[in-house]
Amino acid sequence: MRLGVLCSGGKDSIYSCGMAMEREDVACLITVHAENEESYLFHTPNIGLVRLQAEAAALPLVETVSAGNKEEELADLGRALDIARDRHGIAGVVTGAILSVYQASRIQRLCRDRSLWCFNPLWHTGQEAYLRALIGNGYDVLVSGVFSAPFDESWLGRRIDARALELLIHYAEKYRITLTGEGGEYETFVRDAPFFRKRIEVVRAETAYRNYRGIYRITDARLVDK
Amino acid sequence: MIVLVDLSYREGSLAREEFVLPIAAILNAEGSEYRIVHHTRSPGEAARECDGIILCGTPVMDNGFLETPQSFSWIAETDLPVLGICAGMEILALLAGGRVVSGPEIGMTEVRVTAGDPVVPAIRSFEAYELHENACTLPPGFVTLAESDRCIQMFRDPVRPVYGVMFHPEVRNEWVVGRFVSAFCRPSR
Repeated sequence: MRLGVLCSGGKDSIYSCGMAMEREDVACLITVHAENEESYLFHTPNIGLVRLQAEAAALPLVETVSAGNKEEELADLGRALDIARDRHGIAGVVTGAILSVYQASRIQRLCRDRSLWCFNPLWHTGQEAYLRALIGNGYDVLVSGVFSAPFDESWLGRRIDARALELLIHYAEKYRITLTGEGGEYETFVRDAPFFRKRIEVVRAETAYRNYRGIYRITDARLVDK
Repeated sequence: MIVLVDLSYREGSLAREEFVLPIAAILNAEGSEYRIVHHTRSPGEAARECDGIILCGTPVMDNGFLETPQSFSWIAETDLPVLGICAGMEILALLAGGRVVSGPEIGMTEVRVTAGDPVVPAIRSFEAYELHENACTLPPGFVTLAESDRCIQMFRDPVRPVYGVMFHPEVRNEWVVGRFVSAFCRPSR
């Protein structure tokens, strides 16, 4: 089945893409640039770099822009799905939704309206086991934004490795964050994945942080051989 | 041991992660062992050595299982407890003389409890996650346990512990699986 993967550039969508590539024919990545940083549906830090991830994975990219207003976002995403279907012949869509009913049900409706299949391979997955698999399978993931206590500035640009995971587990127990960050506590950017033919090197980045909210904005990046 | 039947279009498809493994995780948390069998792999034989059967859901577009209802006749013949979720409920309805009709619902919906039962808690209503294209009519003799504005959400066989549930229990309603297993699938047979 030819599938398009909704891709924010973060770990959940890239990992779901990897799962889909093992079982089906991934025809393209699909991304929506939200101009509003408080976007309800779309992850925003470094989303412009999905283009580089698509190139690293040798996949075509379908991009659209959204103002990021609550209900218009859906129409913008629907437009992206239409383009992906017309241009790449997709029969279905893959998302990285784990727990978000808000996100999942809206995308499910968009797909149903277009007779597209919808797959959420991380749906209600065991979060700790998933993060261990992510690290163990060679996904190189950076924290690209933090949006809740107790994350301090040192998390911006930090790689999610075994030590970071232990801290996240501690935070989840003590501060009730969602371990995978799906509650919006943190966002990520994937520099490398097993199915990338090249990896992404961050050449320059800047950070902005205040009161447990911060962004790691990559201002220059390039593909390098693995 | 509970047999989880994967009703999706292909063994090992992406739907397994979305519709089977979350139910397996609930069983795991309940301390129940399970085995996953795709519907094309003679699940009736695997079910001979188990304590209960759960028929799992499928993607909204995946209704291929409806094309071969005769392949599920083993469910009608078993005396084991059966819980059919979404697609699984549709199979139970067809086997018992009900019909599968159009009835799409996607998202959180209010479900009203309409009858008391060991599997249903003593509450008037609850919110449930819906993800289905079809709905079921009530098979002759069956009892409606819960309903939404759109369709029957839970039914049961009047005699055997055979239950259908249209919503997806892994989202905020894990109790469906837990109460079914506690009431009918223990101790080991």
